[in-house]
Amino acid sequence: MIAFLLIALGTLGTAAVALSLRNLIHSALLLIASWAGIAAFYLWAGAEFVAFAQVLVYVGAVSMVVLFAVLLTRRSREDLAIARESIGRAIGALIVGGAVLGVLALAVISTPLATAPEASPPAATVHTLGLQLMGPHAAALLIVGLLLTVALLGAIVIASTDTPEKTKNTT
Amino acid sequence: MTVHFPIVAASVSEWIARPFLPLVTAVPDSQLSALNAQLPPTLSFSLSTAAPSRADALLERFPLVLRDLLTGWLPEPLRWLLNSLLAIVAILAIFGLLFAFLTLAERKILGRIQNRPGPNRTPLPFTKLRFFGLAQPFADGVKALTKEDVIPLGADRVLHYLAPVALLAFSILTFAVIPFGRNLVPLELDAAVLYFFAAGAATELAVFMAGWASRNKYSLLAAMRALAQLISYELPLLLSFVPVILIAGSLSTTAIVAHQGGWHWGFIPNWHVLTPWGFAGFVIFMVAALAESNRSPFDLPEAESELIAGHLTEYSGFKYALFFMAEYFGMCALSGMAVTLFLGGWQAPLPFLEIIPSFVWFGLKLITLLLGFIWIRATFPRLRIDQLTRFAWKFLVPLALINLANTAVWSLTSGWTGPLQLLRWALSIAIVVVPFVLLGRKLSAGVAPRTYRYA
Amino acid sequence: MNLSPLQLCLLFSSALFCIGLIGVLARSNTILVLLGVELMLNAANLNFIAFWRYGPAPAPATGVIFVIFAIAVAAAEAAVGLALVIAVYRHQRNIRLQEANTLRG
Repeated sequence: MIAFLLIALGTLGTAAVALSLRNLIHSALLLIASWAGIAAFYLWAGAEFVAFAQVLVYVGAVSMVVLFAVLLTRRSREDLAIARESIGRAIGALIVGGAVLGVLALAVISTPLATAPEASPPAATVHTLGLQLMGPHAAALLIVGLLLTVALLGAIVIASTDTPEKTKNTT
Repeated sequence: MTVHFPIVAASVSEWIARPFLPLVTAVPDSQLSALNAQLPPTLSFSLSTAAPSRADALLERFPLVLRDLLTGWLPEPLRWLLNSLLAIVAILAIFGLLFAFLTLAERKILGRIQNRPGPNRTPLPFTKLRFFGLAQPFADGVKALTKEDVIPLGADRVLHYLAPVALLAFSILTFAVIPFGRNLVPLELDAAVLYFFAAGAATELAVFMAGWASRNKYSLLAAMRALAQLISYELPLLLSFVPVILIAGSLSTTAIVAHQGGWHWGFIPNWHVLTPWGFAGFVIFMVAALAESNRSPFDLPEAESELIAGHLTEYSGFKYALFFMAEYFGMCALSGMAVTLFLGGWQAPLPFLEIIPSFVWFGLKLITLLLGFIWIRATFPRLRIDQLTRFAWKFLVPLALINLANTAVWSLTSGWTGPLQLLRWALSIAIVVVPFVLLGRKLSAGVAPRTYRYA
Repeated sequence: MNLSPLQLCLLFSSALFCIGLIGVLARSNTILVLLGVELMLNAANLNFIAFWRYGPAPAPATGVIFVIFAIAVAAAEAAVGLALVIAVYRHQRNIRLQEANTLRG
């Protein structure tokens, strides 16, 4: 349980600091730490495969896309001044977020949740996962594959320059 | 596990004799085949490697015995902790030494290939004994430690410090799941291969941190290029070992090595590299591994003769040494994974050679691959960045995908026997060779061999 | 107050969700808004794992499989979202969300 509390504190702390920093690169790196913390939580909960998938996808891939986007859209430090309206928005966001958190926490604490007796985690070995994915969830797997392909093609189309530069093809 | 007990343990005091017997007397093959005949066919592979007796051989158990000598007297939870610590220390010591002498070997071999002696002047401390410059790595270490640690004025100090540490930490993490010997797996994981590549993927982050924290535009540009390269080659790297997982039916490294045990016709090992799809996968894996570890001919991020060491420009002294170390560790880890996935892990290449303990075989295969890396570095010229990315996306990725389909065919046709088996091999080889030739033609279209005209 | 592990996990994920929500509402940088959305998705994933681990009806793998799909979809979302950020940047030379209010090219 101590491990869980440490993981939770680390994840929440890094996430909170990340979203409040003004340096985008630091934000992104801290968020990556936060994603790694979530992977640690999965590991703690016994979902080994998901934990490694989380690290591979978030720390390995999404982080790179985010960092590239940050670098490609970075400007010099001319927007240092914080506008008055953004302070107002931040206060509003804090109020809304706090209210949502309060409601959620109250709901979680007051609901008598039926829990399984504290046992070892359900056996979700890679083998069973594979069988499940290929058996009952095969359609979903195919759709996700299609979705990923379409999404990546779309991302390339959106992000590429409108007129491809004519470069002389020399090898 | 007890099948061999009647054979191995004679009426002599069993406790003393058992560890020594496998050293002296290999179990005769006739007895083995008799045993295999009694067993269901699915189990036969685990027995034909003579696993029970081999796993208990003295040399095979030697590291474990050593460990138990050190920690055996402790209570259970402490012992577990100390055992893990010992495994970490052993990995660090062995691969640290391997790193030191690998740098020396690389410089010596490069030197010999380029017709010069390489480093040969460093004597042992306080003597005049040179021993072919054997003390060179330690002199290098002292030099790196005593150099000034320069941090650029505008640098992001925390990230500048964190980048080499993170890189080294992640590359050491990857060693945790490689089975170094029959009894030597630091960490048994159900999803070990996934873990390996998850830990490896995190190294890209360290490269980015190094480039960005230096506050040097060339460092940053080089880091972006390095990232583009790492991401491009991650794809064929991941795709090239999927066939192995498909065939072995497991993500666990121990299971993959066990699947490669046993012999075809009694002497040809069942390694994955000896099948058409396995060979193609192995080659793609090694090429991608070369690029992933920034080795020549894919060493564009560093290109010490053209760029000023890329994202490492602003690093000096011990931090630079850490980067260097992490790079070699990454190379060792990827080679170890290649050995595990394709070259049979710790399995001996011939049945009678099983007397030699498994970790020696693993080490030999690992060192062979590393020497191959060095040889390639000495032989091939560096690619250009456009050639590099084109090679990954237009050649390696399609080939890896086709190879995956090839493996599916191989797996579907596993029931074919007799002359059909020949057809199976021909089909599989064709699926590998035809796309290779076609894609290769397309890739090098319009490029003729350079002709030299001498005045 | 005696909280079961399931409730602790749910509290953790609610807190993470709210941090993401505050980030989405408060920040004007599009990239940070996207990252806030990613955090909220991750918080949802935490719930799946929590119920898979401690829930009353332990199915062998359903929660885990849901999370795997969610991770895949989130990765696609991140790629498309950041491509949009780059496209927006190319049009208006900054990525402030408030200024991206015209749909004319």
